[in-house]
Amino acid sequence: MQRLLVLGGGTAGTMVVNKLHRKLDPSRWQITVIDADDKHLYQPGFLFIPFGTYQVAQVVKPRRRFLPSGVELVFGEIDVVDPNACQVRLCDGRTLGYDHLIIATGTTPRPDQTPGMLGPQWRRSIFDFYTLDGAQALANALAGFDGGAMVVQVVDMPIKCPVAPLEFTFLAEAYFRRRGMRDRVELTYVTPLPGAFTKPIASAHLGSMLDERKIALEPDFMVERINPETRTLISYDEREIPFDLLVTVPLNMGADYIARSGLGDELNYVPVDKHTLLSKAYSNIFAIGDANNIPTSKAGSVAHFEVDVFARNFCEHAAGQPMSGRFDGHAQCFIESGDGRGMLIDFNYDTEPLAGSYPVPGVGPFGLLRESVPNHWGKLAFRWVYWHALLPGRPLPLPAHLSMVGKHRPPTTSQSAPMQE
Amino acid sequence: MTVTTIGEAHVHIDAEGFLTNYDEWNADIARGLAAAIGIELTDAHWKVLKFLREDYAEQGETATLRRVSTRAGIPVKELFALFPGKPAKKMAYIAGLPKPVGCV
Repeated sequence: MQRLLVLGGGTAGTMVVNKLHRKLDPSRWQITVIDADDKHLYQPGFLFIPFGTYQVAQVVKPRRRFLPSGVELVFGEIDVVDPNACQVRLCDGRTLGYDHLIIATGTTPRPDQTPGMLGPQWRRSIFDFYTLDGAQALANALAGFDGGAMVVQVVDMPIKCPVAPLEFTFLAEAYFRRRGMRDRVELTYVTPLPGAFTKPIASAHLGSMLDERKIALEPDFMVERINPETRTLISYDEREIPFDLLVTVPLNMGADYIARSGLGDELNYVPVDKHTLLSKAYSNIFAIGDANNIPTSKAGSVAHFEVDVFARNFCEHAAGQPMSGRFDGHAQCFIESGDGRGMLIDFNYDTEPLAGSYPVPGVGPFGLLRESVPNHWGKLAFRWVYWHALLPGRPLPLPAHLSMVGKHRPPTTSQSAPMQE
Repeated sequence: MTVTTIGEAHVHIDAEGFLTNYDEWNADIARGLAAAIGIELTDAHWKVLKFLREDYAEQGETATLRRVSTRAGIPVKELFALFPGKPAKKMAYIAGLPKPVGCV
């Protein structure tokens, strides 16, 4: 009997188990998932909670419901992985052995990593929206906000769903306009990146969208600490940004047991081969989804495309054969831009987000890197797709690898300025 | 990719001026690159550059500020003082390494 242990029953862990369960012979394989609780969260939905568009019941369901029968689900906090003994120890002392380990415990916002963030102003004037209770608390704060300086700020990269802070900003701007108080709110977007987003063409496009909405952009801002008394963000190079309401995206880190087990980098992400997701240190450990260190977005779409390639690779690897699939870093994100419109971006390790239409060239219905109503409905429809097709691992009519069909590369690709300037 | 001259040496650089060949770098070139962006290298700078070079050789990618701070024990605040403005980019530039890709 081969024992496959999957750490984490979130988006990546659930999808991979559903795929592998169909491929692996149940008389020869025992599959076990470990997670801390039975709450599967639809994290893309958190973005809509502060504006009252979604309620909690729409984004939380039991994990068990999305795992096939025959797969064991163990609840417990992971204390440590001993990769030499091939064992996982839980905090309550239980020990589980494995032949193959898949790490899928994701990434978590860590407000404790920025001095002054967790303090008297936490959830009074400082909020996050990447946690369910954070998003709910922010809904109350926004409803009671009567104007002033609202700052949306990203502590450091990488973060999960890197477009969400921009989406939140666009939605907030539309929300204040709808409430007739836009002129009383001064909006600022603060980022450690040199521009609005990571890749040049998308960054320029999103930057001009901030501009059109009169949202100030403060780039290259690496926060050192927050002064809760004066309600000010302070950077390492001593710039200061005061706020009345701060919506922060705290430092994101992988789970602490990964550090305790000696399996992580400085942010507790597991170093893996970027095409196969196999650990660089152990030949029977993979890390999938947000938990690994591959250079693409931390996002559910990435986990989805990864799993498509990974499931077959895993079977080959377990059978002692070379892995034939190569993941290309494919990511796809709907970007809400407010007023019932949205954008779509599609990119991978080698190709940055470009304009065009998707999936059918010239037709769409989705527009790449431009705002449209269908993109917004695509985003809302995605919640249904997530629960009913994505998690159960049903095939979606979208290829795992990025396609250039329907994409336009501008004649002159913008380049950053040389260092000397 | 183009070839440029730094001091006596001919090196390959990308569109932003970052060296593209790990082995073409040496201490003289580092001093030349640093001078081009107005930095005079001290022992404190060299400690950072040495770590970056060694870490790149092991990891195959340029360390982020956070990695330099946790692995080499040099506080981020000090990195901002040594390489003002855009420390991650400037450190990589002088160390003859690719721009860090931490941002995706």
